[in-house]
Amino acid sequence: MTTVSTTVPAAHRTTAGGRPPSRPARRRRLSQWGFIAPAVVFMLLFFGYPLVRNVVMSFQDFSPSTFFDGRSPFNGTDNWSKVFHDDLFGKALWHTVVFTVGSLVGQFGIGLALAVFFTKRFPLNGFLRSLILLPWLVPMVVSGVVWRRILDQDTGVLNSFADTLGLGGNTPWLTSPGTALFSVILVNVWIGIPFNMVILYGGLQEVPRELYEAAALDGASAWRTFRSVTLPLLRPVITVVLVLGFMSTVKILDLILALTDGGPADSTQTLGTLTYQNSFVQLDFGAGAVVGNVLILISAVFAVLYLRANRSEGK
Amino acid sequence: MLPPAVASLLVASVALTGCAQQRDDGVFTVLNSSTDASYHGWDAAALARCGKQLGLTIEQRSVPAAHVMTKSLRMASSKSLPDVIQFDASEMPTFAGAGGLVDLRTLGLSTEDVPGGIVDFGSYRGTYYGAARTVNTLALFYNEDLLDQAGLRVPTTWAEMRQTAKQLTRGKRYGIALSAGGAEDGVFQFTPFMWSNGGDERDLATRNVAGALDHWKGLIADGSLSRSTVNWTQADVNDQFMAGNAAMMINGPWQVDTLNTKKDLHWKIARIPVPKAGDTSVGPLGGTVLTVPRTGEATRERTAAKIVRCMSSEQEQITYARNSRTVPANEKAAEAWRREVPELAALADQVATARSRTTKVGARWPSVSLALQSAFQSALTGQSSEAVLKKAQLRATGGGRGE
Repeated sequence: MTTVSTTVPAAHRTTAGGRPPSRPARRRRLSQWGFIAPAVVFMLLFFGYPLVRNVVMSFQDFSPSTFFDGRSPFNGTDNWSKVFHDDLFGKALWHTVVFTVGSLVGQFGIGLALAVFFTKRFPLNGFLRSLILLPWLVPMVVSGVVWRRILDQDTGVLNSFADTLGLGGNTPWLTSPGTALFSVILVNVWIGIPFNMVILYGGLQEVPRELYEAAALDGASAWRTFRSVTLPLLRPVITVVLVLGFMSTVKILDLILALTDGGPADSTQTLGTLTYQNSFVQLDFGAGAVVGNVLILISAVFAVLYLRANRSEGK
Repeated sequence: MLPPAVASLLVASVALTGCAQQRDDGVFTVLNSSTDASYHGWDAAALARCGKQLGLTIEQRSVPAAHVMTKSLRMASSKSLPDVIQFDASEMPTFAGAGGLVDLRTLGLSTEDVPGGIVDFGSYRGTYYGAARTVNTLALFYNEDLLDQAGLRVPTTWAEMRQTAKQLTRGKRYGIALSAGGAEDGVFQFTPFMWSNGGDERDLATRNVAGALDHWKGLIADGSLSRSTVNWTQADVNDQFMAGNAAMMINGPWQVDTLNTKKDLHWKIARIPVPKAGDTSVGPLGGTVLTVPRTGEATRERTAAKIVRCMSSEQEQITYARNSRTVPANEKAAEAWRREVPELAALADQVATARSRTTKVGARWPSVSLALQSAFQSALTGQSSEAVLKKAQLRATGGGRGE
């Protein structure tokens, strides 16, 4: 918005000379709208329409026959009560919370530690940094398939490694309902570290060196410097990392499908996999839309918090 | 003003191409899941032969198996359905139930020579919608060398199976491998145990179904079956068998090509063991059926049926069966095939008594399947069979739309 209002008057000054004041004003407004229109059309078509459609669909009986006769009668809150009365929904909601919080804490903690570590100058710094980026480059499904082999109870590398260390190599990583969710979080942390590290590393580069010198002159300890200089100056970047991390974690689907298919015994079902299962396995699109809407609602709350945080930073 | 105009134009054209496409009179399309290079090639060759015979151009479009249904539904709503769709037999009732398929008999396809079980396999509520070229099922694969070394015979009953598996378990090697994964693979593998024990998918909370589940639990308790079974697909099971981590496995003939790549592995197949001597081993019929979707263009639909007839003709069935190691649907074709590959005869026997997953519950199968997956995974990871099956039955009938 701000770029539009600053560039347009310049254009207006060069073209408007000598005409009655009303016409240039109208032209200016028209061209302003002209610049905004593509974005508005795009947003309405590709975000607004599906969003509204999804909300409407959650109140409809939307089944395979709808695709043929186009009939999808409204059924009130039937879909909603069906989903909320299903034990699986409560389970999936809880798993989503655990998965999201666990992933964010792990990714962010390790990502920040690595980012701070790499601000030091040492040989091979650049090489190691690019090596850590690897998980980010691997497609999610490929990571899932590779990790499924690594975590296999009998033939997986991780268990045989633990065995040689004498740690008892028989952990049922993905095959026990008690540990599967934890293992899935572990893999997602591995995948998320590079993103957190790169953004935080970028943020750390922005912190003026003089502040660290001043802190050193004041005799501040490393921890005190980190808490009073690094963290406050990094806050805007931290907000971005956490919110973006949250958005991509809360709707997780591909990783879980590749690792466990939601099992064993539904112990890794999340809202994402439940939407998928409802819509594309059971072909109950109404129920799928309900779970999808719950996900959108959760994301929207965080998006608003993010926007508000950013606005107050700007002032 | 140019950018917005261009953008609107782009948006409009994108929106329009998503809608109905004009069908080309001389070109017919077949939608299938033959995304593997070998299957895609076999089908392309078959379509070329049929196209030549009928004087048509036939195009093949392949999407991953999991997307055939959703792709077809989307094509239905945009009125751009292909002329022939090859559905997995367990999915066909859903599409038929929505009113999307044409009765093949009214289009002039006969079911003579096709065994009753296989006609049922392609039928929904008594109407014949899908012609199978070949069918497959599960069998017991065993490592001949390992059984010989241990001086053991191929098990035929559950008690023998448990005993043999236990005796073949040594060090890192398990006696048997099977898939109890949380997807259709696992349910497909559970059905021969459930059905041979008199269980029924319409009522999961019975002693018969629980008995089958307890048989699996027993194998795990003995240490003859890896706990990882709950995370294995049928392809994973095959990998374990080939790597020598399992002496026997439950699997299907589609693994044969892969198995044969390992020259020093001597494997054979037998029928899946039954609860007690004299019982019938009832396996699940698997495979795909060729259907004609309702496009509303009568002449095209009739031509589509001719394509289906050609692809499911005796000669094409034998060719396809030979390639994909599945059993021809037609009785005469099956006889010819059996003479040709005697080593797979156990498979033909198993097919003769096998039954379709959807005969009894129809379009409700996906709900039953999901409930069952969750149930056997809970049982295999420690809960009681009776309790989880009772819950599964509630979920299977509560969640789905009734038959």
